Amino acid sequence: MSSPVTAHVHHAPQGFFRKYIFSLDHKVIGIQYYFLALFSVVIGVSLSLLMRYHMINPDAKVGWFGTLWPTAAQGGIMTPELYLSLMTMHGTIMVFFVLTTAPQGGFGNYFLPIQIGAEDMAFPTLNMLSFWTTFVALCVMVAAFFVQGGPPLSGWTGYPPLSAIGRLAGPGEGLGQTLWIVSIAIFCGASLMGAINFIATLIDLRCQGMSLMRLPLTCWTWFVTAILGLLGFAVLLAAGVLLILDRSAGTSFFLPAGLLVSDQILNHKGGSPLLWQHLFWFFGHPEVYIAILPGMGVTSQLLSTFARKPIFGYKAMVYAIFSIGFLGFLVWGHHMFMSGMSPYSAMAFSVLTMAIGVPSAIKTFNWIGTVWGGQIHFTTAMLFALGFVSLFVTGGLSGIFLGQPALDLYFHDTYFVVGHFHIIMGVAAIFGMFAGTFYWFPKMFGRMMNETLGKIHFYITFIGVYAIFVPMHLLGIAGNPRRYADFTNFDFLGKLIPIHTFMTHAAYLTAAVQLIFFFNLFWSMKKGKPAPMNPWNATTLEWTIPSPPPFDNFGGRHPVVNHGAYEYSVPGAPRDFIMQTDPVDIHVQ
Amino acid sequence: MLLAPIVWILTIVICYFFISKTWWFPPPISQHGVAYDAQFMRTLVITGVIFVVAQFALGWAILRFRNRGQAARYSHGNNTLETIWTTATAILFVGIVLVGTRIWIAVHLSDPDPNAIPIELMSKQFAFNFRYPGPDGKFGRTDLKLVNDAAGNPFGLDDKDPAGKDDIVSASLKVPAGRPIKLIMHSRDVIHNFFVRELRLKQDIVPGMEIPLYFQADQLGTYEIPCSELCGLGHFQMRSTMQVMAEADFEKWKREQAANR
Repeated sequence: MSSPVTAHVHHAPQGFFRKYIFSLDHKVIGIQYYFLALFSVVIGVSLSLLMRYHMINPDAKVGWFGTLWPTAAQGGIMTPELYLSLMTMHGTIMVFFVLTTAPQGGFGNYFLPIQIGAEDMAFPTLNMLSFWTTFVALCVMVAAFFVQGGPPLSGWTGYPPLSAIGRLAGPGEGLGQTLWIVSIAIFCGASLMGAINFIATLIDLRCQGMSLMRLPLTCWTWFVTAILGLLGFAVLLAAGVLLILDRSAGTSFFLPAGLLVSDQILNHKGGSPLLWQHLFWFFGHPEVYIAILPGMGVTSQLLSTFARKPIFGYKAMVYAIFSIGFLGFLVWGHHMFMSGMSPYSAMAFSVLTMAIGVPSAIKTFNWIGTVWGGQIHFTTAMLFALGFVSLFVTGGLSGIFLGQPALDLYFHDTYFVVGHFHIIMGVAAIFGMFAGTFYWFPKMFGRMMNETLGKIHFYITFIGVYAIFVPMHLLGIAGNPRRYADFTNFDFLGKLIPIHTFMTHAAYLTAAVQLIFFFNLFWSMKKGKPAPMNPWNATTLEWTIPSPPPFDNFGGRHPVVNHGAYEYSVPGAPRDFIMQTDPVDIHVQ
Repeated sequence: MLLAPIVWILTIVICYFFISKTWWFPPPISQHGVAYDAQFMRTLVITGVIFVVAQFALGWAILRFRNRGQAARYSHGNNTLETIWTTATAILFVGIVLVGTRIWIAVHLSDPDPNAIPIELMSKQFAFNFRYPGPDGKFGRTDLKLVNDAAGNPFGLDDKDPAGKDDIVSASLKVPAGRPIKLIMHSRDVIHNFFVRELRLKQDIVPGMEIPLYFQADQLGTYEIPCSELCGLGHFQMRSTMQVMAEADFEKWKREQAANR
């Protein structure tokens, strides 16, 4: 079962550019992705704070708004179009440049080859290209802030006709929208490159003894995530091309006849706005599983490690990962229940959507089963993994409401939806990234992060995110629509402003606390306690090599695996963990 | 270990707000709304129980199995337990959506009521406009080229068409209580959405499509209509109202509108 094919053997890179900028080393590329995500999340969170501020202070005059956005915030007052642009960029940057980069391109790139015992990814050059293409996509996206008209205001979902009409549709819909589409298209290319690499690497480069059923669950999630990316991003790319053609080549893929915009009758005809929604969500739903699966893998890894117990139901966990991936392609219509598509389709999509709740539930039960009967060590990494489970329960359950078209008749496009996806993506997935950071930082940087700072950061963040996003469900029940710049035009909304105020303050506090994390991260890189090879007494292959690892990971050795990935507290073993590379009969005395 | 009481306290606080209904749905004004609320409650009870049990179990595990020097149990799982909770989840989740299907079918897949009062809705950036066919029961011809918002002709009514002479155009929706309504929805620019909380109904309005929405309102009152699909910078201001009147008052209103033309 082991493959005789090894990765292209490369020698230690020389020179600053080869080592740190255009590196072919998956570890450097992983760190590059991670820092790209870190930069993006700072922008994304800042945008959300501006949004939350505006929602409860719509008429406020803020001097530097006027300086930064002389047209869109004349006199320092944020216009509704500016609010919508900030919202569009917030969603876009978070979903693509944070959630689709760090978990997969960051940690996946760094640790997939090592966890399977390989020297590098299957295609190191393609790997480097995938990062720099992502970087170019980010530059194009950021450029949308600086062009005339500013960034688009059609949401990260970019529904036509609003996104297809062009400048006539209003501010941001000119060059800003075009740059947005171009950036996404470039990002699609980068993702496709990465997906190919991950799939080939996992299939072909596993070391001797690393059978599929001995793979750490992190590897399984990176693998399925890559398959989702390969199939999903291709469709998004196609949709983006069609949208650009509608905007600039006079085509009518998404534009019907009979459009009167800004007193002009447009001469498109024959197109369907629903076509975009089908194409977008065919990508968009797998995308959210791309965002969450790696975090699930990390959670499994950490719960087992820090409870000193094997994964409860490893095989079921693998099947659940594949079920989620497969079913993830069959549920996109649940984003479109109210769209005007066939009500029969809605019924089909809703049954499949409920079905996908089943493997998610399996994973949740198995996580609790993993720590049950264990010996739990509360490192910061473990706290984030446990927090992930709590948040996944909360966020997943609100999906049970939204997956029913009968109930979506009220909840569609309300804050109930916003609360649901933020708890799952904007928090649980981020907790997966925090957990991965605290767990793997020692290996990546050769130093330990500060546990006290980590715990303070964790507890305040955990309570803070609940305070920000659970009230959104109450807003949804009260019927508060989403994507509203402020709530002053409706009687029923005026009564809900106290909730918005509470959420805004919780957001300020939670965002501020993230500074502790940033300090901890950067300070520890230079001043953290030196990290041993295996600070967590964990079993997987990355803990058999130095912290940080040499350029070729295993120093020219070819590791041989004799055990599964979660052999903790095995009766008869000399220690409470058996490393995957330990001798076969280590627990036979 | 502190995590256990924090998870429990958060769970209790969350449950409190869902039980006390401090901020909640407005009362329903239709039979559909009553059925909706029942399905919501069923779902809330099921998810609520799972929520409490799962968070409680997580907290319990954190507390009970925190490291105090005890050995961890070496176990790879339990297939019986796995089968039981997987089956239970599947039955619950698929079951609840099948129970709710009746409501969905009633709204979108039932035979339309031939006596439903037809009212046309034309949505645009950033207003809703409604049109009634008048005593002749026929909607007059419209043409996009004739649209003139400033002159009060948002539908682009062709005044050469006699059928349109008695059409009533209104910026707000007026309906008689207790009568089935057929709302015929159009958009002339981007996607909008018609939503009335008290009806427990919303529907995207898609340019290029004519989408009917059938409903019946049984309670008198005036209810806000917030646009519920991002339609541009005025989305948050795109508002209308639905006024449910006694049938006699509705007929009186129609006569007054006709007289004022």
